[in-house]
Amino acid sequence: MDDLYREVIIEHYKNPSYRGHLDPHDISFADNNPLCGDHIQIDLRVDKDGKVTDARFDGHGCAISQASADLLIESIIGKSVEDVKKLGKQDILDMLGIDLGPVRLKCALLSLKVLKAGVYGLGEASDSLVE
Amino acid sequence: MSLDVVSIRRQFPILDREVRPGIKVVYLDSTATSQKPEPVIEAMNEYYRRFNANIHRGVHTLAEEATAAYELAREKIAKFINAPAAREIIYTRNTTESINLVAYTWARANLKAGDLVILTEMEHHSNLVPWHILAAERGIRLEFIPVTNDGLLDLDVYRSLLSQDPKLVSFTHMSNVLGTITPAAEIIKLAHEAGAITVVDGAQSVPHLKVDVQKLDADFLAFSAHKMCGPTGIGALYGKADLLEAMPPFMGGGDMIKEVKLRSFRPNSIPAKFEAGTPAIAESVGFGAAVDFLTSIGMENVAAHEHEITEYALERLEEIPGVKVFGPSADKKGGVASFTFDGVHPHDVAQILDRDGIAVRAGHHCAQPLHEKFGIPATTRASFYLYSTKDEVDKLVEGIYKVKKVFG
Ligand SMILES: Cc1ncc(COP(=O)(O)O)c(C=O)c1O
Repeated sequence: MDDLYREVIIEHYKNPSYRGHLDPHDISFADNNPLCGDHIQIDLRVDKDGKVTDARFDGHGCAISQASADLLIESIIGKSVEDVKKLGKQDILDMLGIDLGPVRLKCALLSLKVLKAGVYGLGEASDSLVE
Repeated sequence: MSLDVVSIRRQFPILDREVRPGIKVVYLDSTATSQKPEPVIEAMNEYYRRFNANIHRGVHTLAEEATAAYELAREKIAKFINAPAAREIIYTRNTTESINLVAYTWARANLKAGDLVILTEMEHHSNLVPWHILAAERGIRLEFIPVTNDGLLDLDVYRSLLSQDPKLVSFTHMSNVLGTITPAAEIIKLAHEAGAITVVDGAQSVPHLKVDVQKLDADFLAFSAHKMCGPTGIGALYGKADLLEAMPPFMGGGDMIKEVKLRSFRPNSIPAKFEAGTPAIAESVGFGAAVDFLTSIGMENVAAHEHEITEYALERLEEIPGVKVFGPSADKKGGVASFTFDGVHPHDVAQILDRDGIAVRAGHHCAQPLHEKFGIPATTRASFYLYSTKDEVDKLVEGIYKVKKVFG
């Protein structure tokens, strides 16, 4: 019945591998989903070649938002910041392996929005970052 | 008298809807918006089929009929809340616009820097943000009646705030999260003794309780048609005639004027003064039909039925390990059950319930400060109306056990 609540999502929600903070960090950004109050903060360490050497997320929210944050963090460690900037909506959906309606899509994309606002050094996370 | 729920449900075509093959909707989200009965849908269709025309602007038959229908609905709405006169009912888009109307007109004409406005911690954003905007613009001061742990207003603190010469007390008559029915008559009486004007947010009370503005002695009462079996796009602001007459107009344009010169205008008398432009005419007809529908059933009966369902729902929900329901006991609240479920975010609860057609709301329900007060980001909310049944509550409870299964 629950294609949305695939095991991988429940697993990453209940036992995330990358929940936490990095201190010191090179980039840190946080934002909320105003619809439901989901909150995500992401800390990154970036070396001088522009490679993400470590990353963590923290926050609260639904299984979709928290699992996608954990999967996203897992996927970017070792990647270059330039590659991170290229990530989009479809990458997140591929990681989750599900299709989402417009409301839950916002939950799934919150972490990517926060991440991209952080790497672009923006003051405000905007939806246009994850289209 | 108890309600004949079976025959009531038959009048709401949507309640027969299958959201998926073989799965009927279990609509537990009436606090967000209620469903609409056949007579309301029919009245609006009839308007468009037979007498659609602009109002107050023509002498032809259709315009006469449309105008009459628009004004007849106003009279019905006035009677429904026992307003002394129909001209004390201003049509707006919704509760939000009604409160904003007071904030933009009465408050801007009467409040200055340092003046105190008292709100409560359980307000919907629509009774917070208009005052935030005014505070930023005018430097008015905002104070809040605290909410106790069991979801009631702390009237002792209110009494002490009243000694600070408040100009306005604006508060909800029923919380859309906790369900708390506030002691509006007492709050208003105390406000008046302190020399303050009162705004009652009746978005949840008018649909569910018998509300009598004269008994309450409310100065303003705001409510929305869409939460009381009527259409979206229309609401009302009740205001005492002397207050409305003294207020400056809200929006400028057609219908709200008596006379316009190139460089000046004279405003119309109430209620037209506050109804600029072509209003929601079909919706007013639907609003009137909704009021007729509720009146024919009797608001006391509606409230009694909801009380029975709510009592049952609280009992059943509290049996479930890990469920925590917020707000006071059933005798002090309307048909709302907001809860958290250990380890599962409300969005996930709502999503899994949706598999069985169960429609609940998840989030902060436009009351973020209240959720912060209780230290939770969000809740799942089931809410009930005259068409709700115990069987639907049972489905909700079964659904929550399924959520538990998914999350292990
Ligand atoms: C207590 C309360 N106040 C105000 C509102 C706002 O109503 P509307 O969105 O119809 O303007 C609501 C509706 O959600 C409510 O429940």
